[in-house]
Amino acid sequence: MKRGFGLFTALLVIILFAAFSFAAPAKAPYRIGAIFSVTGAASFLGEPEKNTVLMLAEQINAAGGINGHPLEVIIEDSKSDETQAVLAAKKLLEKDDVVAIIGPSTTGESMALVPIMTNAKTPLVSCAAGAGITQPVSERYWIFKSPQYDTSAVEAIYTYMKRQGIAKVGIVSIATGFGDAGRKALNDLAPKYGITIVADERYGPKDSDMTTQLAKIKAAGAQAVINWSVGPGQVVVTKNWNALKMGIPLYQSHGWGSKKNIELAGKAAEGVIAPLGRLVVWDKLADRHPQKALLKKYSQDYEAKFKGEPGTFGGHAYDSLMMVVEALKKVGPDKAKVRDYIENKIKKWPGTGGVFTMSPQDHCGLDKDAFEMVVVRNGDWEILK
Amino acid sequence: MTVFLQFLFSGLTVGAVYALVGLGFNIIYNATSIINLAQGEFVVIGGLVMWFFTQSVQLPFLPSLLLTLLTAGLIALLMERLTIKPLKKTDLLLMIMITVAVSILLRGLLMFKFGKEPYVYDPFTAGEPLQIHGAILQQQTLWIFGITLLCIVLIYLFFSRTLLGKAMRACAVNPTAAKLVGINVERMIMISFVLSAAMGALAGIAITPVSLMEYDKGPMLAVKGFSAAIMGGLGRGRGSVLGGFIIGILESMTAGYLHSGLKDAVALVIMLAVLFFKPAGLFGSKAMLQLRKF
Repeated sequence: MKRGFGLFTALLVIILFAAFSFAAPAKAPYRIGAIFSVTGAASFLGEPEKNTVLMLAEQINAAGGINGHPLEVIIEDSKSDETQAVLAAKKLLEKDDVVAIIGPSTTGESMALVPIMTNAKTPLVSCAAGAGITQPVSERYWIFKSPQYDTSAVEAIYTYMKRQGIAKVGIVSIATGFGDAGRKALNDLAPKYGITIVADERYGPKDSDMTTQLAKIKAAGAQAVINWSVGPGQVVVTKNWNALKMGIPLYQSHGWGSKKNIELAGKAAEGVIAPLGRLVVWDKLADRHPQKALLKKYSQDYEAKFKGEPGTFGGHAYDSLMMVVEALKKVGPDKAKVRDYIENKIKKWPGTGGVFTMSPQDHCGLDKDAFEMVVVRNGDWEILK
Repeated sequence: MTVFLQFLFSGLTVGAVYALVGLGFNIIYNATSIINLAQGEFVVIGGLVMWFFTQSVQLPFLPSLLLTLLTAGLIALLMERLTIKPLKKTDLLLMIMITVAVSILLRGLLMFKFGKEPYVYDPFTAGEPLQIHGAILQQQTLWIFGITLLCIVLIYLFFSRTLLGKAMRACAVNPTAAKLVGINVERMIMISFVLSAAMGALAGIAITPVSLMEYDKGPMLAVKGFSAAIMGGLGRGRGSVLGGFIIGILESMTAGYLHSGLKDAVALVIMLAVLFFKPAGLFGSKAMLQLRKF
């Protein structure tokens, strides 16, 4: 009896193996590594990024893969930790032999990977925004990134303010890396647009009232307030701004682009202006806009599959992955050729974050045109002309 | 004038939050000499569970309030029965370490249940904020003041007029002597945990409409509330309220007249200075300080 069972199992295994080897495509899979902050402090970035990559890989393989090669994305969790990100990259490079890596989710982790990727001569397309990731570009030969620069968001705001005749602004920013970077960009770029910063205030990530900072800005004679933060802080500022009836417009950073913020701030959000990527306003774009079709498909697919909005962050993973996929399609799994393709052939390439144009001088490929100025009206987004 | 008033109101709003959290520390301290560092998490539980009952289950205000307080009390009961009571040796430092562990555990559980987004619900009363000399005071702030005041009065009456309250204070001063005169020390400790959790939850319920609530807001609230409590004199209800308002107003004035980047630093330096010259806190007495185990 026992022997019969063993024989049966062995037979079954052989049959299964045979079935699999027949079913599998004859071509070897293309391997891409992905490092995201799926858990830990930055998991609000890593979660939609992971979901996006899983969904896209599934779609690509269902459509026959890349030139018949199945796409295999190996996702590693960096736990929002730089050391873990480095370990994950080493594993992907040495054990899995990937042709390129996308991610990590945060600027710190991305910076930690720069020397490793450079030594391994393997392209990295980061999903983090920090300017230092791709600049100076002479030392970032193998490194690209898909999110827009903070400075581009600032330029979008200042350009719009200039048209509105606003010359004096008060800024209030959160005391985190995101707030620091935005504050620096706001201060550095102001003279170029003829804007004077009359007040430069800060608050902590868990502060519950920013009325003092706003009252000070108003007393300083500002014509507009700019708040630079992500998380609950931007909702609290919005509520305080509304309660104070400041009589001057409130501008938010590109971190404002989530319907959740409008829900939380309620009526207080009416009239708040922010530079946002087109992902959140895809349904309000003209049909001929080059990004519209892909934004629509991505947004709808994501919502159907994960019951939530992908947000800007999921979009970064989309752009990073699809750039590599496009390169693989054209030049095959050769690290140097993939790098050259992304640098030289990604021109006027529509992604979720904007229309990318990479060059040997610019490894991000986006400028202030990646943003639309968006205002909150009747609980919904409205694009400002 | 308008600007000064606005800074003051902002300071009072923030201060009331600290005061209310500080009060929670005092209850357990008065009964056990334990400092419950999970106090901040009970504030978060108050806000998030209230959101759950009013917005998700859509119960009316009062039933939600009672259910939220009940939930917080129940969690505190479990916390005390499962972590403090089984201890063979009643070492205070050990107990305080346990409350830290519980706070981490609670934060994790809250994250699983509620995720990382902030939550908010409508203020208790709708309507425009009050205008006083051009400065603005939100209605919810008045509610927070009222609740703080009510809590001080209730706590005062409880600890000085009721037998239960007096018995609890006896346990803190000398548990052995309290046991000898027939007080059930274990039960007193349990009750103090439940009461302080309810107090923390009440604070959370009151402040969420103003400041939003998310799973990891607890540590910041605990630090500020604890500062308020020791500044006013640990164990003194009025002290922690005064301490809370002083810290809140100091923060706001620093942000307004110096720079907002300095506000936490200045408030903490002044608190340290107060403790340096008057180690028992503003309201505490030297004699009490010597009796203290912490």
